[in-house]
Amino acid sequence: MSAVQATVPFETVRTPDAAGRPIKIHTRNVKVTYGQKQALHGVSIDIAEKAVTAFIGPSGCGKSTFLRCINRMNDTIAGARVEGTITLDDQDVYDPDLDVVELRARVGMVFQKPNPFPKSIFDNVAYGPRIHGLARSKADLEEIVVTSLQKASLFNEVKDRLTEPGTGLSGGQQQRLCIARAIAVSPEVILMDEPCSALDPIATAKIEELIDELRANFTIVIVTHSMQQAARVSQRTAFFHLGHLIEEGPTDHVFTNPLEQRTLDYITGRFG
Amino acid sequence: MEHTVSAYDDDLKAIARMVTEIGGLAERAVGDSVTALTRLDIDLARRVIAGDRELDRLQRDIEDKAILVIARRQPMASDLREIVGAMRIANDIERVGDLAKNIAKRAVAINGVFPHKQLINGVEHLCEIALHQLKMVLDAYASHDDQAAGAVRRRDDEIDALYTSLFRELLTYMMEDPRNLTFCIHLLFCAKNIERIGDHATNIAESVHYVVTGRSYEDERPKADASIASTIAGT
Repeated sequence: MSAVQATVPFETVRTPDAAGRPIKIHTRNVKVTYGQKQALHGVSIDIAEKAVTAFIGPSGCGKSTFLRCINRMNDTIAGARVEGTITLDDQDVYDPDLDVVELRARVGMVFQKPNPFPKSIFDNVAYGPRIHGLARSKADLEEIVVTSLQKASLFNEVKDRLTEPGTGLSGGQQQRLCIARAIAVSPEVILMDEPCSALDPIATAKIEELIDELRANFTIVIVTHSMQQAARVSQRTAFFHLGHLIEEGPTDHVFTNPLEQRTLDYITGRFG
Repeated sequence: MEHTVSAYDDDLKAIARMVTEIGGLAERAVGDSVTALTRLDIDLARRVIAGDRELDRLQRDIEDKAILVIARRQPMASDLREIVGAMRIANDIERVGDLAKNIAKRAVAINGVFPHKQLINGVEHLCEIALHQLKMVLDAYASHDDQAAGAVRRRDDEIDALYTSLFRELLTYMMEDPRNLTFCIHLLFCAKNIERIGDHATNIAESVHYVVTGRSYEDERPKADASIASTIAGT
């Protein structure tokens, strides 16, 4: 079935961004294969700066695969091949001369399950700035840690126990710790792969509130299985299905009056 | 296509069924109220008045059910429009029921004979058009027929024009003989009620358009009610 679909020319339905935000990430005809299996059949999308873009779609549709192309996380997977172009501020992400470590400092990532290092809360956040040499002094480093924890809305809850292990925090706190760790290296883009799927509704609400605050300074791309979450937190929504980008447009339109039948069927719960 | 969760489909179908039911009740109430008026049938009028309670109850049921579905299933896109549309339409229909009840109350209040039979004919004719509009728009809702809904919306100016001419006629009778006043004013209110029923049919047509297409009409709604501009000197 996928072989047939790959030969059919595919047109993504797009509605332009009325807010006219500048584009942070351009991707053109991105194809990914894992060994013999083609996971993405040519995805082209422009991701707006300082906005939240949500990727939705059923399991196996390629949305996480695509997300992981943006900071080259697929490089670490044996047999994965990425074609097409992805540029971050007009810089080719797949340029062989590009320093991947530096790229991942610019494009941070938050995962489905909170994964703090088995270190203190302080060291979890200080780790990135240390290895990237972002702090000139101990006081500098402390300031970065405190601001990052504050930006992640976690500081007040942990300020008296910064030396305790990060793994001792609750799930929601751990996830905010991971967000603090991601923003400590001052990234431009934050990729979030189902950041709330392991959290209770209150912890989820806190993360969503945080995402809303973070978009003033960061470009955020979030993969989520919760349609309501996508509708709540994002300004743009992209719907993936079977390795194709089906539709892409303003979140308000996509969830009230999508243009593509497949998008409608998916968001109204008519297939899965 | 059906929902993965089939109980969701059942919920939506139940709401649509209730809207059709309340629509049928309203159609009958309007027809009966005008029949009660033309025949001065007090019993029929009282039945219409009593029957309005059923319309109110159904409207509340539709609202409760719709709110429950929103809370339980977080409907999106076409489903959400379906539910919001049903709530809006039920609201309009409930108002139609109130207007029919008001006509029935006036039929009771007139309590006598008509000085001018032809005046009643005008109200009857107005009612026929309004009922036709109501029927067409409820059919358009049931079949999700956007074109039929658009036709209903465009036809509303017929009712408005007829109402304006009736208004002028009644004004003439009132000027001719002050003894006609009470009767003519009751009749004028009845005509106005029917004209308002036509407006609710138009509202429903707009809701159907929204449910089906997800868009609202952008043009101004057709208007031909010139009675506002009429004065005694001008007629």
